[in-house]
Amino acid sequence: MRRAMVRVQTTVNGQPAEFLCEPRQSLLECLRDILGLTGTKEGCNDGNCGACAVIMDGRLVNSCLVLGVEAEGRTILTIEGLARGSELHPIQRAFLEQGAVQCGFCTPGLILATKALLDRIADPSEAEIRRWLANHLCRCTGYDKVVRAVRQAAAELKEACR
Amino acid sequence: MKWFDYAAPGSLTEAFELLARHPGARPLAGGTDLLVQMRAGERQADLLVDVKRIPELNELGCDASGTLRLGAAVPCCVISESELVRRRWPALAEVAAMIGGVPIQSRASLGGNLCNAAPSADGPPVLMVLRAICRVAGPSGERRLPVEEFCIGPGKTVLAPGELLVGFEIPPPEPASGACYLRFTPRAEMDIAVAGAAAAVRVEGEAIGWARLALSAVAPTPLLVREAGEYLAGKPATEDAIRAAAEIARDAARPISDVRGTAEHRRRLVSVLAERALRVAVARAREAQA
Amino acid sequence: MSDRPYEVIGTRPVRHDGADKVTGRAKFGADVRLPGMVYGYVLRSPHAHARIRRLDTTRAEQFPGVLAVVTAADLPESPDRPVDLVEGTLPLRYVRANVLARDKVLYKGHAVAAVAAVNRHVAEEAASLIEVDYEPLPAVLDVLGAMREDAPRVHEDLRMREFGETTERAGNIAEHFRFVLGEVEPSPTGEGLVPKGFADADVIVEREFRTAMVHQGYLEPQNATALWNQDGRVYVWTSTQGAFSAREAIAWVLDLPVSRVCVYPMEVGGAFGGKIRIYLEPVAALLSRKCGRPVQIVMPRRDVFEATGPTPGTVIRVKMGARKDGRISAAQVWMAYETGAFPSGQCAFGAMCILAPYDIPNLVIDGYDVVVNKPSTAPYRAPGATQAAFAAESVVDELAEKLGMDPIEFRLKNAAREGTRRADGPKHARIGCVEVLEAMRNHPHYRAPLEGQNRGRGVALGYWFNIGWYSACTISVNPDGTVNLVEGSVDLSGTRTSIAMQAAEVLGLRPDQVHPVVADTDSIGPTAVTGGSRTTYATGWAAYEAAHDVIRQMKQRAAMIWDVEPAAISFERGVFRTGERTMTFAELAARLEETGGPVIGRGAVNPASAGGSFAGAIADVEVDPGTGKVRLLRFTSLQDAGRAVHPTAVEGQMQGGSAQGIGWALFEEYAWTAEGAMANSSLLDYREPTALDVPPIETVIVEVPDPEHPFGVRGVGEANIVPPPAAIANAVYRAVGVRLRQLPLKASALVDALRAREN
Ligand SMILES: Cc1cc2nc3c(=O)[nH]c(=O)nc-3n(C[C@H](O)[C@H](O)[C@H](O)COP(=O)(O)OP(=O)(O)OC[C@H]3O[C@@H](n4cnc5c(N)ncnc54)[C@H](O)[C@@H]3O)c2cc1C
Ligand code: FES
Ligand code: FES
Repeated sequence: MRRAMVRVQTTVNGQPAEFLCEPRQSLLECLRDILGLTGTKEGCNDGNCGACAVIMDGRLVNSCLVLGVEAEGRTILTIEGLARGSELHPIQRAFLEQGAVQCGFCTPGLILATKALLDRIADPSEAEIRRWLANHLCRCTGYDKVVRAVRQAAAELKEACR
Repeated sequence: MKWFDYAAPGSLTEAFELLARHPGARPLAGGTDLLVQMRAGERQADLLVDVKRIPELNELGCDASGTLRLGAAVPCCVISESELVRRRWPALAEVAAMIGGVPIQSRASLGGNLCNAAPSADGPPVLMVLRAICRVAGPSGERRLPVEEFCIGPGKTVLAPGELLVGFEIPPPEPASGACYLRFTPRAEMDIAVAGAAAAVRVEGEAIGWARLALSAVAPTPLLVREAGEYLAGKPATEDAIRAAAEIARDAARPISDVRGTAEHRRRLVSVLAERALRVAVARAREAQA
Repeated sequence: MSDRPYEVIGTRPVRHDGADKVTGRAKFGADVRLPGMVYGYVLRSPHAHARIRRLDTTRAEQFPGVLAVVTAADLPESPDRPVDLVEGTLPLRYVRANVLARDKVLYKGHAVAAVAAVNRHVAEEAASLIEVDYEPLPAVLDVLGAMREDAPRVHEDLRMREFGETTERAGNIAEHFRFVLGEVEPSPTGEGLVPKGFADADVIVEREFRTAMVHQGYLEPQNATALWNQDGRVYVWTSTQGAFSAREAIAWVLDLPVSRVCVYPMEVGGAFGGKIRIYLEPVAALLSRKCGRPVQIVMPRRDVFEATGPTPGTVIRVKMGARKDGRISAAQVWMAYETGAFPSGQCAFGAMCILAPYDIPNLVIDGYDVVVNKPSTAPYRAPGATQAAFAAESVVDELAEKLGMDPIEFRLKNAAREGTRRADGPKHARIGCVEVLEAMRNHPHYRAPLEGQNRGRGVALGYWFNIGWYSACTISVNPDGTVNLVEGSVDLSGTRTSIAMQAAEVLGLRPDQVHPVVADTDSIGPTAVTGGSRTTYATGWAAYEAAHDVIRQMKQRAAMIWDVEPAAISFERGVFRTGERTMTFAELAARLEETGGPVIGRGAVNPASAGGSFAGAIADVEVDPGTGKVRLLRFTSLQDAGRAVHPTAVEGQMQGGSAQGIGWALFEEYAWTAEGAMANSSLLDYREPTALDVPPIETVIVEVPDPEHPFGVRGVGEANIVPPPAAIANAVYRAVGVRLRQLPLKASALVDALRAREN
């Protein structure tokens, strides 16, 4: 069988993005190896760590379990697209101020999970926060400061909405 | 991963054509089982037929009789967020919110959950106790069968080559009925059931009108334990009756020992979980009655 | 604390690399992109133990898109010699054999060949075309079985070392050592020694414990990118705890002078001891030499489990006796650690820690390192100590109970203090054992009532000795009054900031006026690994020295300007002063060019040892007797930090170590098939704790300053992981009355134990 690469047209971080990939390449690989967006991390390649999470059409997904070709026509937000110009997003700032970052490898995924959570539930309970983060392993922090960061971000975003 | 091609048909006809033309093709729904298995070398395909763009597989709504029509590819997040499902079939919404974690639920479908035919899948026992019917279609037409007849072994289903699971039909909930699914996993989430039990019950006054009980991870396929339901039908809804039904479930289980748990532990879990699931289902049925 | 002696130490600034870490800009090893870079894949053994009869790479080499294939035949064959790895000495042939197997594979996952190709899928496909003819051999998988005379041999050439000497004894026991304190006598069987003191004990508890092999579980898989340049220099970008130790190991394996290798330490996505050894680096380098292009290899998660260095499973027997007055009179310990395919010295670390919290007059510890057909083990946060503490702290808990004493009071009665001798010989310096125990006893958590069925509270104590070792640091002064700090310590968790803060304290600057940079091995003096809780301690000390060197030189400049003797100049809170005249650090920094050019301070230290750290844990659990599920209700971690430079970072260490300890206690293990394959080599089935599995982790930082360190710092990276498993096991006992002596504390075992008790 002839091996035909596929052309994919998407929107990544607000910009149209077009790339050529093999059908077997995951969205994660396409973002990292083709588009050079290495902020999205690979921790397991089988859906079990959340390091590769991105937001696709408003939903949090593990980009390792999405094929690059499935991104056709979709809108994708990666960690690189979150800050507004030279200013950090309140979620990013909350992670720093609460000390929720140690090695930082899980951080892009956790920040996008927080974004997806707060977009849906503005004022989540501790249990809701932990449930939303449960697909995201963090081996360094024990989650305590991460949960605090989510709470801080929720409070700030709510304040900003007023 | 070996090379494969990809196609995303927009209609059932187109999908059937592709499947017929490529014997090495496989349907792709959320990919949360399939891509993982292909990467691990456990499954092969030379064409993935993405079924997520087929309208029939994305359906979620009630028909005139109040029956839920649920497309096979509807992602779990849509099911668990659906007001309709949460109100009428809460146990279904709950299990959709239990599979994997949030980003898994953005992709994973109950159709994929069933077609993957893992004994440990959480969806099938719930679908069984809710009396869900599978709509299966192929180039030669559509057939319907109850969920409990769909899986025939680990990873094996009744689907013939070229057939697709189109969706489920779930009858409207009866008055004074309730359902519940409980599972045991070492971690709170992001874990595969060591054992699970789903129960649905209708109460009539102090008695049980009918009951259904189904199990996960304790047999080669998800298992409907008819005897447990038959035993309970017409009995007063007492702790003793519930315990006895749970014992029937335990005896029906044929668990194996594997890396996730021993047969012995699974058997004990079945009686504990079946008992608790029945108890919750009865309580919910009573609530509905009130 | 209002009367704090410091301006910067003890504050909580946002870390220097923070913005890069939250925007995705931080560069980890797998993020390296070089022109012409290609991707590698490593083919690994499907057998736990087998001889390689034949290896044929022809078909892989011919596969479209493949640029190079390498096997052990591409490794140099320089004469064998012992090489000093960070955690012990190993023959070079063993180090090479772990990189690529030559004639025998020693564990499932052992690397046998590697392919470089245009993308990872092509490399993987091509690797599957490599033909390997294996002759399977019987595998040894169980530590006790491996110790038997008639067990299959992992290495034909391994000879046991006993009491520091190499013996003629062949087998799988790599090392037998013994620590003795107080009065001992020959054992009644004639083999070995037993301590005196059991005779006057009123209660004696003797138990056997087992712990499973576990993994550090860092989120970032091992990776390496290498360029074998046409000038003969090898450049390696990698995820390592030590750029210099990696440089040495790569040079040894490739038989190059160290100066021909340059290692760029990338951001590290977690390590915990598991990223000291090298795995992929020489393989990527060999592939690069063959194809003339940079080669990147990233380990699949399965390989991270199967082919890096997990930490040993153990069998530990502890016998302790205590008198009615609450004093422990004697202790005897027998411990065997599985080292995996090659020897490693973690049993000795465990033995150094197991009884270290207590003042025990008579004790004997016998320890064995045993090779088995499993991946070669590596340190994991307080290596060896967690397994040991699980055993000892369970026995201590049982003794306290038998004596009717509060478990913390019992520990306090026996607590080690300054001058107490450790089993391995040295006396404790000033330590915070008593202070940590007192903080536990006084904590609201310990005093809060715990109501409800099947609930219980457990405590445990843990110790890690910490290491000192060499570090280098330079500080150059910028004309705008800030400084650049260049260090050789890889930053795993925010140490750039805790080191910069120590320099800032000396220089009278704000932390953000110190710009820390972790340099490659061409750009800074040798610095030992980030491990052993040494970085904030030793590299912070080097930064302190470098900052003082800056001040000394700056005083000379001020002296020139003011025309006075340097000795007449003082420096305090960022201001140089002589008589009435003053100049701020920034003002003087602007005048360096006219006074002789740049000021560069240097600091190089090599502290022989460091102050040990104690940690305690209080755990509340609820047990579901039906399913055996253990749920944590509340958890408190307490630790002596000496001086908490950055309290948020210290708390983060304590919480992270606690969560790892919780995973070790409840979920994590290597499960094995009968053939010796890991049966759960995915994050799904290995089961690291998620946010739903750990409760909020309360922290208490105890500060008993280390008398040696200029700021009193003690390393805090490790001791926190030590007590949780024992604390949780003790809590389970208080909840339902059964003691589990095997890690993880499995639900099925718990239900078994509950049923057994009923019958
Ligand atoms: C991290 C993680 C956690 C998980 N946790 C759980 C859990 O808690 N409980 C649980 O039950 N499962 C769990 N799973 C497994 C998986 O997510 C579920 O089984 C999911 O429902 C599969 O649905 P999918 O749409 O992703 O299926 P896919 O992976 O797309 O497909 C699964 C199989 O079904 C076939 N298929 C799909 N759709 C059709 C169709 N319409 N007609 C015919 N064949 C079809 C595919 O060819 C494939 O063989 C988990 C998986 C991961 C990665
Ligand atoms: S890399 Fe996708 S979930 Fe781990
Ligand atoms: S900060 Fe290291 S994994 Fe989360």
